[in-house]
Amino acid sequence: MNDEPQPPNSGKDGPPAATETQSEPQETSGPARIERRSFLGRAVVGGVGVTALGALAERLFATPAPAGASPTKAGSSAPTASSSGQADHQWAMVIDLRYCNGCKLCTAACQAAHYLRPEQTWIDVFTMRTAENKTYSMPRPCMMCEDPPCVPVCPVSANVRTSDGLTLVDQSRCIGTRICMNACPYEARYFNWSDSRSVPRQPFPQEPEWPVPQQKGTVGKCIFCAAMLPSGQVPECVADCPMGVLYLGDIVRDVAVNGLGNTVTLSTFLKENDAVRFKESYGTSPRVWYILGHGQDLESDTSAS
Amino acid sequence: MDDGMERTAIDGRHLRSAAMRPIMETPRWWWPAVLALGAVVVAGVVAWAVQLGDGLGVAGYNDNAFWAVYEADLVAFIGVSYGGAVVSAILRLTNAQWRAPLTRIAEATALVTLPIGMLFIIPHLGSPQKIWELIWPPYWNLSSPILWDFFAVSTYLLATIVFFYLPLIPDLATCRAYLDDPNNARTGDSLGLGSIAGLRARMRNARLRTARTLYRIGAGRWTATNTQRRLLHGSIGLVAIMVIPMAVSVHSVLSFAFASSSRAGYLETILPVYFVVAALYSGVALVVLTVAAARKLYHLEPYIHRRHFVRLGFVLVAFGAAYLYLTFTEYLIDGYSGAQGNAAWVRQIIVGRYWVPFWIYFVAAGLIPLLIVAVKRLRTMNGVVVASGLVVVAMWIKRLVIVVPPASEPLVRSPLTSSGFLSGDWGTYHFTWVPIAITLAATAAIPLLLLVVFRFVPILPVAEIEEMSEQHGSTNGNGALDALEVTTPNARLDERQPVGAGDEIGRS
Repeated sequence: MNDEPQPPNSGKDGPPAATETQSEPQETSGPARIERRSFLGRAVVGGVGVTALGALAERLFATPAPAGASPTKAGSSAPTASSSGQADHQWAMVIDLRYCNGCKLCTAACQAAHYLRPEQTWIDVFTMRTAENKTYSMPRPCMMCEDPPCVPVCPVSANVRTSDGLTLVDQSRCIGTRICMNACPYEARYFNWSDSRSVPRQPFPQEPEWPVPQQKGTVGKCIFCAAMLPSGQVPECVADCPMGVLYLGDIVRDVAVNGLGNTVTLSTFLKENDAVRFKESYGTSPRVWYILGHGQDLESDTSAS
Repeated sequence: MDDGMERTAIDGRHLRSAAMRPIMETPRWWWPAVLALGAVVVAGVVAWAVQLGDGLGVAGYNDNAFWAVYEADLVAFIGVSYGGAVVSAILRLTNAQWRAPLTRIAEATALVTLPIGMLFIIPHLGSPQKIWELIWPPYWNLSSPILWDFFAVSTYLLATIVFFYLPLIPDLATCRAYLDDPNNARTGDSLGLGSIAGLRARMRNARLRTARTLYRIGAGRWTATNTQRRLLHGSIGLVAIMVIPMAVSVHSVLSFAFASSSRAGYLETILPVYFVVAALYSGVALVVLTVAAARKLYHLEPYIHRRHFVRLGFVLVAFGAAYLYLTFTEYLIDGYSGAQGNAAWVRQIIVGRYWVPFWIYFVAAGLIPLLIVAVKRLRTMNGVVVASGLVVVAMWIKRLVIVVPPASEPLVRSPLTSSGFLSGDWGTYHFTWVPIAITLAATAAIPLLLLVVFRFVPILPVAEIEEMSEQHGSTNGNGALDALEVTTPNARLDERQPVGAGDEIGRS
């Protein structure tokens, strides 16, 4: 994949127009384009040259995700979002930092909807600092990575990546090793250190798409309100953002919408506003794009540790 | 074997009675010690029950300190088991004769500490009621380092059990013969019901009956024929060879669980080596402590001398120096790398909020053990024991320094800065009584289990010591054991020597 001339999100499936806008961060983070798993897979296959070992490597290092949403298996030449024929949606998010005022209503809406404790900030709003020492607010949901580091490390396969491109936790299976919290470079995972808040009857059963109430001793995280998406509802945080900062996007339909009802063409919107992704150099290929507006540099400001 | 017994008749009998004494007699301190240690263990179980009810939050964990004490405990306790196994294996493979009186104690230490270390996965897990998913293959995700850990440690446990059992077979046969001898296995008179002496006698009889059954099963058809001895010898050699790479792989794999991350301080290629050497270092230290305690409690002074401790001390500081070197290498290279990320993490450890535990390690497990063994005046039995005690505790603290900072430092929040001079503050982790009680319980479980093991298993490897003396093939009865330095004249000489006057380097 390192000899692939196009950046990871080019091509017909990813947000096509993101190609040019992505090119700058891509260049600065050249080696990261070799996705870890495909690199390992190739190293084993190439070095030993035994098909059986290749199969073993595939088994060991492949993300246990549906084929349609797993672009990074060793050998696949186009690390793009998906082929649109295989899933109706590929969910994404756009966060327009130009308008975020740090009110944290997104966090509050999320916690209310999922009955989370105050410290469980599935979408958190961080106060960040620019090189000029100015502060700005940055909401951080789950990045819904195309190559999620949290998924392969789970010993009991409690992390799943759906065909819609959502990484979810099966809390009935999670045993609470917390190694996924170790793997996530975005600190987007939250453990249930004690019992959940009391929860009224829910419209959905407790399942990965709607993990309410949270199970003590398991990991929870932002789910993009997965259970609500099929009925055409946007996630709670998107709906409740008074500034229209958060957009729910669908890469397949190439559309994004925010809580104020603004609908944009996803690819054009990303291209025209030079959208970037958080910690691009980690090779996770997030499905969350940030539109910067205050001279921020997400990579150098925040990937420090 | 009979032959050897005759040639070293007097010492052989002394050896046997010394080895059997912990089995036959109940020292005055035994029950109080077992009850006290048992109480500590029970307190730990209670703490765990509280944690089970309230969640891991009561152990001081939070989302920015998701791994802390239990993970350090897991690493530290599995680590110390390494020392016993590898010390015994290396000394066997290099045919170091002086090892003979120590191997059983070392192997028993490995045997009891490994399951205790493995048990830490239970308080570590958020949902231990689902632990069966780790054992149930359909749920396995083979790309997970935790599953690799699980396989590696389980295999290693099997190897440790075999490595403990094989050299034990001839001794079990000896014990069987000893108990079958009516002169030795005299059963106490049953006094009336309700009398303490009667109760004691009944308990002793029951214990010896259990022991005899164990010996019958364990010794199998061992009659010490030449074929049997050749086979056993070969098997022990093979297992000794296998234990070393197995233990190396266990601790390497253990480190993968941490290193499979993008966090500064975990994502270190040095981590596997680091873990292996740390395990050896703390493991040898624990062997020294166990040997010292066994020597005192079971009156093994004629068999275990100052020179054993001094030699173990040399092994100890060799690993200590290697660990110091690895620490230096890691922190220098990471610290040199730049202002953020790895460098900031190193800064936090050396002068930032983790400076107290780091410098405790540096002084107590880095410098002092080296000094104690380097300076001739300090190179005494007590000196080596003090050094080992410091190493065991300080290396546990060092494990915390490895585990806690990378897990408890924020990734998205403001980058690590040099402003965090909060001495003694473990980032966002805060100790509570729960993990302390559980850690103390695990610590108390080591001597407790050893006391129980040595209730049924001879503390000295009788057959091995006798075999060593046969190899020396002396004509007089005492000369054979002389070579092993187990005769009393040597011991007296050792005790008479003024502090620091020994020439053990020349003699070893």
